[in-house]
Amino acid sequence: MTESTTPAPEPTPAATSPAPEEDPRSGAAILRKIVGGDVVISFLAIIIALVIGGVLIAFADEDVADTITYVFARPTDFLGAAWTAVSDAYIAMFRGAIFDFQADTFNRAVRPITESMTFATPLILAALGVAVGFRAGLFNIGAQGQIILGGIIAAYIGFAFSLPPVLHLFLAILGGALGGALWGFIPGILKARTGANEVIVTIMLNWIAVYLIAYVLTLGKFNASGTGLRSPQVGPNAAYPPLIPDFLVPGNTFRLHWGFVVAILATVFVWWLLERSTIGFEIRAAGANPHAARTAGMSVGRITVLTLVIAGALAGLAATSQVLIDRGSLTAGVAATYGFDAITVALLGRSRPLGTFLAGLLFGALQAGGTLMQSVTSTPIDIVFVVQSVIVLLIAAPPLVRAIFRLPDPDAPPKRARAAAKEAAA
Amino acid sequence: MRVLKIAAVSAAAVMVLAACGEAPPEEGTGDNETTEAEGGDDDAAEDTEAAGPDNSDFKACMISDAGGFDDQSFNQAAHSGLTAARDSLGITIADAESNSDAEFGPNIDAMVQQGCHFVIGAGFLLEDAIQAAAEANPDTNFGLVDSGFSDENFAPVEIENAKPILFNTSEAAFLAGYLAAGMSESGTVATFGGLPIPSVQIFMDGFSDGINKYNEDNGTEVQLLGWDKEAQEGSFAGSFDDQAQGSALGEQFISQGADIILPVAGPVGLGTASVAEGSDTKLIWVDSDGFETTEYGSLILTSVLKHMGPAVEGAITETVEGSFSNEPYVGTLENGGVSLAPFHDFEDAVPQELKDKLAEYEEMIKSGELVIESPNAP
Repeated sequence: MTESTTPAPEPTPAATSPAPEEDPRSGAAILRKIVGGDVVISFLAIIIALVIGGVLIAFADEDVADTITYVFARPTDFLGAAWTAVSDAYIAMFRGAIFDFQADTFNRAVRPITESMTFATPLILAALGVAVGFRAGLFNIGAQGQIILGGIIAAYIGFAFSLPPVLHLFLAILGGALGGALWGFIPGILKARTGANEVIVTIMLNWIAVYLIAYVLTLGKFNASGTGLRSPQVGPNAAYPPLIPDFLVPGNTFRLHWGFVVAILATVFVWWLLERSTIGFEIRAAGANPHAARTAGMSVGRITVLTLVIAGALAGLAATSQVLIDRGSLTAGVAATYGFDAITVALLGRSRPLGTFLAGLLFGALQAGGTLMQSVTSTPIDIVFVVQSVIVLLIAAPPLVRAIFRLPDPDAPPKRARAAAKEAAA
Repeated sequence: MRVLKIAAVSAAAVMVLAACGEAPPEEGTGDNETTEAEGGDDDAAEDTEAAGPDNSDFKACMISDAGGFDDQSFNQAAHSGLTAARDSLGITIADAESNSDAEFGPNIDAMVQQGCHFVIGAGFLLEDAIQAAAEANPDTNFGLVDSGFSDENFAPVEIENAKPILFNTSEAAFLAGYLAAGMSESGTVATFGGLPIPSVQIFMDGFSDGINKYNEDNGTEVQLLGWDKEAQEGSFAGSFDDQAQGSALGEQFISQGADIILPVAGPVGLGTASVAEGSDTKLIWVDSDGFETTEYGSLILTSVLKHMGPAVEGAITETVEGSFSNEPYVGTLENGGVSLAPFHDFEDAVPQELKDKLAEYEEMIKSGELVIESPNAP
């Protein structure tokens, strides 16, 4: 992030001299710290966030508010009410996210887990894109815009043409990926050629995408309804088929579709890309130390463009899981907040493919569970956002988590060394 | 020593604080629990005891669009009908807010699953989701505020178990337009919408007609900015929550000489009000009586009221009584579903002659003698 990206074919003095000590507060250094964080930290962050969420649920509850007025006269009432509120809410969340043990039919009982997977699909795909960027040392904040562009193109191919079954879906998915890739290419080329800051460019491109989709929805074919709010529905051949066939769970009404398989394949692809391919090696090298990568003969500019194109394509795939569904159509809200949630998910997953996949599932489950929690216990769904936000906050501040649980800092020099340093200073 | 001090202080604190709140008698809590239908609906269950009729086995539910039920506007008005029905009919209620379009479907499904008998979607954007749910759950009744249903080619369709709740606001907006034309000193008035959707444009159509009628009656040339009824084109803020857009549009209209503005955009209008303050510009509010719901009462000439609460309550009452029909409810001046609010601070400023004329037209619309035509009419 701090290095300038002037394309330098012959080694410059700066590149040949040993890389200067990097400022630990620089963006790239912080990013590396987060990426290199510990599984334990992620896990503890989730626990703390759920506890804080519980406290908020308790205080949002009316019974708790009633009993707290006389908490010192009879604290058991208050504690009982708080316990009921929190456990009711979290039980509802479990019922909505994993398994509904109160359901009448098997179909309804297992539906929640499929809902979680449905919610997780766009998050996983977009987060993989953000994660690839992080590994290359790039803050790709533009997933939101990349999803929107992917959605526009996927929807257009979906509703404007009538093609045979498999081919139509395949082309629409490809279109979505291309749309996202295009929106990733722009900041990539700008950074590689001019050194433009990718954070600022991607944020600006998000806004351009927001207004672009509002405009596109008012154009001829997109605006068959005449309202400028919703495109026609995609053709039946362009929709992802349901993932769970009817013979497995008879009469199921699951929304889960083959987009989830695309998310799994994308996860495997990103793993292969980062861990096994040459490009992946270059991406990681550029992320770890761009000076060294350049000295080793890699073109950092080319890697930047390629990384953002791949990131954009993955975000574009996220859009297909929203648009290419049964009766799916394009609305201005196609990207919801997936682009921003994806950053959170990638951070929680520490930018590893498997970690991102699992983090996406967790966030999908929180979303699905939050829906039922809201309607059954009238707990505000905003609690879910608080939980998600606290997770990020803690992930971004590992020392805080370590302090809470009194964990040792792995980076800190051993005590003896510190003491020696002190003596030397004195 | 220190430990003792802390203990003494905390003991004193406990005594003082304990005196603050008195615990209710023990039996009180036990009673309520037996009457509660479900854990989450305590307050609903308690209310049924106070009110007369007890229909607590009937459950009405509502899902908001992205605005949420505390938007001081559309969703809130619709939600007030739900709570009013709980109080008057003694039914059980549940509600859920949607934060994005992707949550409409799951929220509605969650409502159906927890046994709602009547599920109401607030807003045009929920059309598809309500329609899909109505088709999948033929035993549950549905309602949709502000939109009818349409098939994939956008041709209107009727659904057996879903009732659209619509408002012909052009009738009340016509009166507002007539009033605005009569009250404008600069001869220029303006309007803008939130998004170009039928339930917004219908206000603007009626407003435009009212101004034209005034010009026709009095030979004046009051001009309307921001909406061209013929072309169905005009100014829009692009959202229902971006107040900065409301300010920008307001500034623009004021600089073009408009002295009365009708923002049809919910809270976006608050942005317009903030720039109108201090100039001679007046506002006409929409949906609710802005004199009461906003802090800009002194700027508000009148409001075009859309009585969503009573309409929702009426639809619920109908369903509770077992007479649900999928026939659309259309609020009009005649049935009191839409109306023009009182002038409040401007009561004396509006000439009696103009008031008489408004009353006359109101009667003509009610009797059907005068029909306000609009391509956006339900």
